[in-house]
Amino acid sequence: MTSDNLVYLIALPLFSAALLMLLGRKADKWGHIFATLVSASTFVIGAMEFLAMRDRPEESRAVTQKLFTWISVGSFNVDAGLLLDQLSIAFVLLITGVGTLIHIYSIAYMSHDRDRRRFFSYLNLFIAAMLLLVLGDSYLNLYVGWEGVGLASYLLIGFWNQKPEYATAAKKAFVANRVGDLGLSIAIMIAFANFGAVSFIGIEEKVGGASETALTAMGLMLLLAATGKSAQFPLQAWLGDAMAGPTPVSALIHAATMVTAGVYLITRSNFVFDNAPNAQLAVVIIGAITLLFGAIIGTAKDDIKKALAASTMSQIGYMIMATGFGPAGYAFAIMHLLTHGFFKAGMFLGAGSVMHGMNDEVNMRRYGGLAKLMPITTITFGLGYLAIIGVPPFAGFYSKDKIIETAFNAGGVQGVIFGSTALLGAIITAFYMTRVMMMTFFGNKRWADDAHPHESPFLMWAPMAVLAVGSVASGYLLYSGKAIVNWLAPVVDPHHHEHEEFLPPIVVTSLAVTAVVIGVGIALAKYRGELSATAPQDVSIFTRVARRDLLQDDANEFMFMRPGQKLTEVLVKTDDKVIDGVVRGVAASTVGSARGMRKMQTGYVRNYALLILLGALAAFIAILVVTL
Amino acid sequence: MNPTNYLYLSAILFSIGAVGVVVRRNAIVVFMCIELMLNAANLAFVTFAKMNGNLEGQVIAFFTMVVAACEVVVGLAIIVTIFRSRRSASVDDASLLSR
Repeated sequence: MTSDNLVYLIALPLFSAALLMLLGRKADKWGHIFATLVSASTFVIGAMEFLAMRDRPEESRAVTQKLFTWISVGSFNVDAGLLLDQLSIAFVLLITGVGTLIHIYSIAYMSHDRDRRRFFSYLNLFIAAMLLLVLGDSYLNLYVGWEGVGLASYLLIGFWNQKPEYATAAKKAFVANRVGDLGLSIAIMIAFANFGAVSFIGIEEKVGGASETALTAMGLMLLLAATGKSAQFPLQAWLGDAMAGPTPVSALIHAATMVTAGVYLITRSNFVFDNAPNAQLAVVIIGAITLLFGAIIGTAKDDIKKALAASTMSQIGYMIMATGFGPAGYAFAIMHLLTHGFFKAGMFLGAGSVMHGMNDEVNMRRYGGLAKLMPITTITFGLGYLAIIGVPPFAGFYSKDKIIETAFNAGGVQGVIFGSTALLGAIITAFYMTRVMMMTFFGNKRWADDAHPHESPFLMWAPMAVLAVGSVASGYLLYSGKAIVNWLAPVVDPHHHEHEEFLPPIVVTSLAVTAVVIGVGIALAKYRGELSATAPQDVSIFTRVARRDLLQDDANEFMFMRPGQKLTEVLVKTDDKVIDGVVRGVAASTVGSARGMRKMQTGYVRNYALLILLGALAAFIAILVVTL
Repeated sequence: MNPTNYLYLSAILFSIGAVGVVVRRNAIVVFMCIELMLNAANLAFVTFAKMNGNLEGQVIAFFTMVVAACEVVVGLAIIVTIFRSRRSASVDDASLLSR
């Protein structure tokens, strides 16, 4: 089926972003309203497409739209085309829905910022790029969106770029993302070399005849791309610093949507990964490492946004791990992605609400006892908290439980290892989220002297409330009757694999719930009493390492930055001494010889006459010598 | 008379002219020496014409005279101009190019 409406999903926010940027201060009065309306209208388009899609039979649900012929070289053709299928519609609804809520929230949150219009134009730019990413019908189109969200993320992290460390954080995110982008571009080249096509359909058709080596290479490169965008090990270091951006940005880009692009990429490339078991194993391992890595960092962070960022990293680790289990896991990865989009965005907005009331304080050791003064924030944040740690029947319970179950069902030693990792992650998640909850909303007051916490305005708590409803209900809605599994099956599991069970679901569920109870119990025991307003310094080496983000920056500096610096220094020296040396040498010898030659030019006519005479004589003698 | 003697005379006249150009400072004298060299060349041309029994050398001598006449006009004009501006006819005074 084709449709003419898909392009508006991208064109509207893109137009709005351009308009707000070009009009400049003229649009200050109405820019935020306009951008929010545009975002809401994309949600309406998305919802209408969803309803229309739901009414169609399963095999004709995908909708395409060809925009124009982009590249046409010989037999190689790339159309700028859009594809809206069961997988992309889930993302479209998440992006436009959560995006619109965050637009509304930002109207109030950014109301004191004189650059609010610029902020909204970047937000719209992000929405357009992210929609292009999930709607592109080929890797090349996806790549355009992929770079677009990278740009929007860079602009928004560095939104307050008058602070040098914020600008540095933006640059760090951009550089880490570039490494991943390189992987994606190489994956596209591998696809082109092996299949002569870059569109999803074109590659899927030819994937059967390809060698496993090529598919594994392509899979690993796609995984590299995913690690960059989704802050997975080993390219995870940028996400914590990305919290320099305004909090709505952290909620939208660095929790709900952009960082999940890696999960989308792997799920979209299921036809590659399903035929490359080694690449799949790599995906699972990366996911497992990251889910523990992020969780451990989360236990040590006192900055509420950085704790949530570490949690995001860990939760995306769950999703990436699930995608590595193939057709059994894709649907649950997407399910966790959607529920995570609700509860994590909600919690980030809650954190923003707390910061709003506390003079932009982010240190949780300066919070405490906020529950009485900010009841709505506490409730919405609390619902998100219950969802993320996986308390039944909140959203995260269904999605995370299913991922743990899938991990155990992977079979053999691997299944036990990965299943236990996921369970361990669940314990740590319950611990650090309870810690955040206790330090922020309960316990003794440790506020700064000038803090006057108050509940946020309606425009801020309304989106939080909507997201809280999502945190409660989305899990059951997606899970009941295998809704998400059946919905996505035509895209990610077309052959209807039957999955054998290693452990019965009830055992896994009770294990998961036990994990939650253990984690919450430890945290309650540790953070129930009075806390000091400063972080204790006499801590074990493990805590210290965790506070330093498990040495991720030190590792990067040691492995890449310092050798890079050394290399640059050597190159500068080579350039200075060798290459410039040659150039300067030539210049100096020219000047030196000219200085000698100049003495011949006396300015006296008789000297010139004498030289001419001597020259003539020499010529004359030469002729004589030759002829005689 | 042996025509070779004319060639010797021509060579002597040319040498006197060349030495004069190099050693004298008065512009007028330098100029006269150049004329001397031209006329030495003319004498050599005419002698060769006589020795070879054809007219080419004599014709070229006329050409040389025409060129010499033009050269005198231009050269004297330059000398007069320099004399007017610098109050000197010494060629060493006109050595501004070296600065």
